[in-house]
Amino acid sequence: MNAPASFAESKLPLLLGVLFVLGLIAPFAVYPTFLMKILCYGLFACAFNLLLGFAGLLSFGHAAFLGTAGYVCGLMVRDLGVTPELGILAGTVSAGLLGWLFGWLAIKRTGIYFAMITLALAQMVFFLAIQVKATGGEDGLQGVPRGNLFGIVDLSDNLAMYYLVFAIFCIGFFIIYRTIHSPFGQILKAIRENEPRAISLGYDVNKFKLIAFVISAALAGTAGATKTLVFQLASLSDVHWHASGEVVLMTLLGGLGTILGPLVGAATIVALQTQLADSVGSWVTVIMGAIFVLCVLSFRRGIVGELQALVKRSGVN
Amino acid sequence: MEIFGIPTALLGSQLLVGLINGSFYAILSLGLAIIFGLLNIINFCHGAQYMMGAFVAWIALTRFGVNYWVSLIAAPLIVGILGVVIERLMLRRLYKLDHLYGLLLTFGLALIFEGIFRDQFGISGESYEVPELLSGGVNLGFMFLPIYRGWVIVASLTVCFGTWYMIERTKLGAYLRAGTENSQMVQALGINVPLLITFTYGYGVALAAFAGVLAAPIFQVNPLMGSNLIIVVFAVVVIGGMGSIMGSIITGLALGLIEGLTKVFYPEASSVVVFVIMVIVLLVRPAGLFGKS
Repeated sequence: MNAPASFAESKLPLLLGVLFVLGLIAPFAVYPTFLMKILCYGLFACAFNLLLGFAGLLSFGHAAFLGTAGYVCGLMVRDLGVTPELGILAGTVSAGLLGWLFGWLAIKRTGIYFAMITLALAQMVFFLAIQVKATGGEDGLQGVPRGNLFGIVDLSDNLAMYYLVFAIFCIGFFIIYRTIHSPFGQILKAIRENEPRAISLGYDVNKFKLIAFVISAALAGTAGATKTLVFQLASLSDVHWHASGEVVLMTLLGGLGTILGPLVGAATIVALQTQLADSVGSWVTVIMGAIFVLCVLSFRRGIVGELQALVKRSGVN
Repeated sequence: MEIFGIPTALLGSQLLVGLINGSFYAILSLGLAIIFGLLNIINFCHGAQYMMGAFVAWIALTRFGVNYWVSLIAAPLIVGILGVVIERLMLRRLYKLDHLYGLLLTFGLALIFEGIFRDQFGISGESYEVPELLSGGVNLGFMFLPIYRGWVIVASLTVCFGTWYMIERTKLGAYLRAGTENSQMVQALGINVPLLITFTYGYGVALAAFAGVLAAPIFQVNPLMGSNLIIVVFAVVVIGGMGSIMGSIITGLALGLIEGLTKVFYPEASSVVVFVIMVIVLLVRPAGLFGKS
């Protein structure tokens, strides 16, 4: 019965290989900054998908991890003169720690309450970011230098920066891929499908949820820190709840619980926003909202999910 | 006069602001709780519907010269009817799915409403004049009370307790409570549950719009006025738990007051105090103050 699915699964390494090669040559065809933005949001969405798609936990506060890591990385690199790789590492660790705190609190409740708690905690981070002097309030952190990778490679060259972002994305993606396909990932899926049964099998469900939450938060932080270096700016909008909503939309549009869905969703949304920003102005929010509504009402499998279903059907015939 | 080194006039006026915010928290969390009870969804566009209530009143006044008192009834009706349409056309399709889809759908709707109003009216905010009957104020001896602010508290408490009475003491409320417990059984007993659900959603939305009209003369009428408020209300809901109608009202008022007091004693923390309390409640009593396990 599962044969068609494993057919799609068996083609996955090939598909990933093709995408990898495409990623290597892409900056010669497409504007690198645009690609880097897609990769940053792609990693953000993949990290988010680990939580919602595989553990069934809807966090509405992931902007807090993206934004906090951005601030930490920006401050370290700009004001302490740390090298970029250490800045990204610091951002990742800080987001992971924050994720541990958020997760520990939010896991006390489930379902809708979990979503509301994460949203409220993230809003607290947003208010702190406005008030604290170090974050630059409404202006954000400006003029963050990209610096030299390991003190050697000059990242102000867009192509060098692109390959760093690409490498970071690949590492992050590999971590998520391995997590999903490990016994740990299987248990997460079991919790998603039937939590009481997972508990009765003897699993410490909350511990698994917390670990998944921390991994997801840390990788969201990696995306945020990298994004800060790319745009040389850590902005307040990254901690705003709109960013939390955006990542939900990317994941939903691309395909909840699929490996590649979040990347496809992120690419679609980033491309849409870039295209629309000049022509329609504030209607971008309306269009994003409309896509949200459409996805929920009649496109719940998302782009990749629909494609998989298509492959599955043609495999059967 | 001073209490703890704080002039009573300052203390009084901040407590008044707290009480007003608390009234809004109470009406909004009450609406969320009613909707959640029967529909099992969190209405994320509650804040947008509050904003639309304020805007409908403002448009009615500035474009058509419709006065405040008419708007106080008409705006909730209009926004409520829009809510009914949303329930019939969209939410209805999601009841068999995971509850989270309801949250996501209403989030998308909130973005749409907010975006449309931002495109039409900008983000600078419009002011709504206090109706003549309620302008001016009284000197209470220890502080000055603008009449409109007193009216807001009285009106919102009346609506809150009226709603409580309707749910806890009338036949319609009995159906509603029964539907919350076991909707299939209620349906089997011959009660039109789908209609009850539509009515409940419309009523919850109308409550939000009513709060919006009340808020219009106090705050700026602004497309974003609902979105920041609603997240605080979510925290209020987590603190109180959505199991009890009276619990929502009391929690809303109490948190408004605490926020007001924080503004007096430690202003820097006033924007986050509700979230801090949420964290404490989660640690001490995870189900919420009035929640069931």
